[in-house]
Amino acid sequence: MKILVPVKRVIDANIRVRVKDDHSGVETANIKMAINPFCEIAVEEALRLKEAGNAEEIIVASVGPTKCVETIRNGLAMGADRGIHVLCDVSPEPLALAKILKQIVERESAGLVLLGKQSIDDDNNQTGQMLAALLGWPLGSYISSIAVNDVGFEIVREIDSGLEKLQLTAPAVMTADLRLNEPRYASLPNIMQAKRKPVEELTPGDLGVDVTPRVQILEVHEPPARKAGVMVSGASELVDKLKNEAKVI
Amino acid sequence: MRVLVITECEKGVLVPATLNTITAARQIGGEVDVLVAGHDCSGVAESMSRVSGVARVLRCENADFENHVTENLAGLAESLSKNYTHVMAAATTFGKALIPYVAALCDVQAISDISDVVDADTFVRPIYAGNALATVKSSDSIKMITIRATSFESASTEGGNAAVEDVESTGTNRNVQFIEQMLSSSERPELTSAKVVISGGRGMKDGKNFEMLEKLADRLGGAVGASRAAVDAGFVPNDYQVGQTGKVVAPDLYVAVGISGAIQHLAGMKDSKIIVAINTDEDAPIFQVSDYGWNEDLFAAVPELNDEFESAM
Repeated sequence: MKILVPVKRVIDANIRVRVKDDHSGVETANIKMAINPFCEIAVEEALRLKEAGNAEEIIVASVGPTKCVETIRNGLAMGADRGIHVLCDVSPEPLALAKILKQIVERESAGLVLLGKQSIDDDNNQTGQMLAALLGWPLGSYISSIAVNDVGFEIVREIDSGLEKLQLTAPAVMTADLRLNEPRYASLPNIMQAKRKPVEELTPGDLGVDVTPRVQILEVHEPPARKAGVMVSGASELVDKLKNEAKVI
Repeated sequence: MRVLVITECEKGVLVPATLNTITAARQIGGEVDVLVAGHDCSGVAESMSRVSGVARVLRCENADFENHVTENLAGLAESLSKNYTHVMAAATTFGKALIPYVAALCDVQAISDISDVVDADTFVRPIYAGNALATVKSSDSIKMITIRATSFESASTEGGNAAVEDVESTGTNRNVQFIEQMLSSSERPELTSAKVVISGGRGMKDGKNFEMLEKLADRLGGAVGASRAAVDAGFVPNDYQVGQTGKVVAPDLYVAVGISGAIQHLAGMKDSKIIVAINTDEDAPIFQVSDYGWNEDLFAAVPELNDEFESAM
């Protein structure tokens, strides 16, 4: 089985983002970028499936500007076998992205697509669901465990009220939640080796996908700031304030 | 304008976020219909017919829909969507999985987790963990939307008198088999609709110490939550998680215990009416957003607070 792992390049999770003065978006120039944390979990899970003998090859794909190759190299340094970079000026919307990924899945005859459940920039949480719908494959969203069996995969999902267990018939699409695993660090020899692993370059046109946005961003603003309140010195003062000032108890 | 709201129910009980979704739907204007698909869902269909502002309830009674498997519901939602300008559900794990799936079937770019309706095509949604708010305009013929429940009032469950119509559908997908749900059993109110939330972070040091917070929550009729750090450390299950990648809450009172206040956590609770923070680190960022801060060791503060509440209430 081949596993396809799409990865996204995002602003590093530890950076506090700043809205641009012209309200067209957030500042991304000269800001530290990183692989989206949930995509990293997806790469790790693919590696574990391969190490357990359940997969032969792991392909890491990213769609976006030239710098996305760095994100692909992150995945290769962790242990993935090769990369595919689909060059676009900007990262496309989830629907266009899912269409691109569908073409790659079919070209590569992948048997499993493992994605992160959401990217921490747009917070859309859509691509995996859309890809499953377009392929007509079973969807395992927000998963916290995968067990491979004769039919396909027994997965556990994180849902609002607890956990849910489903049996998916292969091939399938899955989106990784936090507790699926803890990603490994790439070792220095692996980082060096990753530089020599092949990365194929494609365009959306090569795959016959139109990436014209359907949703226009009119403006981006900072949310209203919350004011810092007062410090209290003990429980009685706090309870008194909650009762008589804030009136919430 | 015709809006379809997809109801979420769990074991025959309405999930309250559906009522917030109806308020968002009414802000778009036009008629609001409600789909209730499930097993033994007549009770929910009837209560939805009394919700203020609902024009029609579409009831689809079928055992296939009992467990809300995305693929099973998607076909029904797709075929109904063609009659509507807007299709909406709450941004719960149910709606977040279903809406993008149906949107792709309809060749629509979905819009996630909106916090405001500007007009029928234009919406506001938080991005970057709520550190920015984007105003977005959709050019698709059907708008498929999930809504952030804490940003909209709950629709009144009285005053409506909608007709209930039956719709036929089956939804079995042979490739996805439901096995079981392992639900967190709790007598406490559900996290996202509780009036009081007591949350613990890495500072709790151990899962066992959450008993202190449970005691406090029970005294105030509240729910217990946690930061991602506490979930990552294995103190509590993931369904406790408040934040960018967990649940969004906006209770009257939020008490953050041993939580430093990373932006990812603030994303899930900063719309709370009153925020109290208890932390030994006087520089913890949580104090910058809290109404009342208490710079104290939580293991001393929480029992003291519990005693104080006992004598004050």
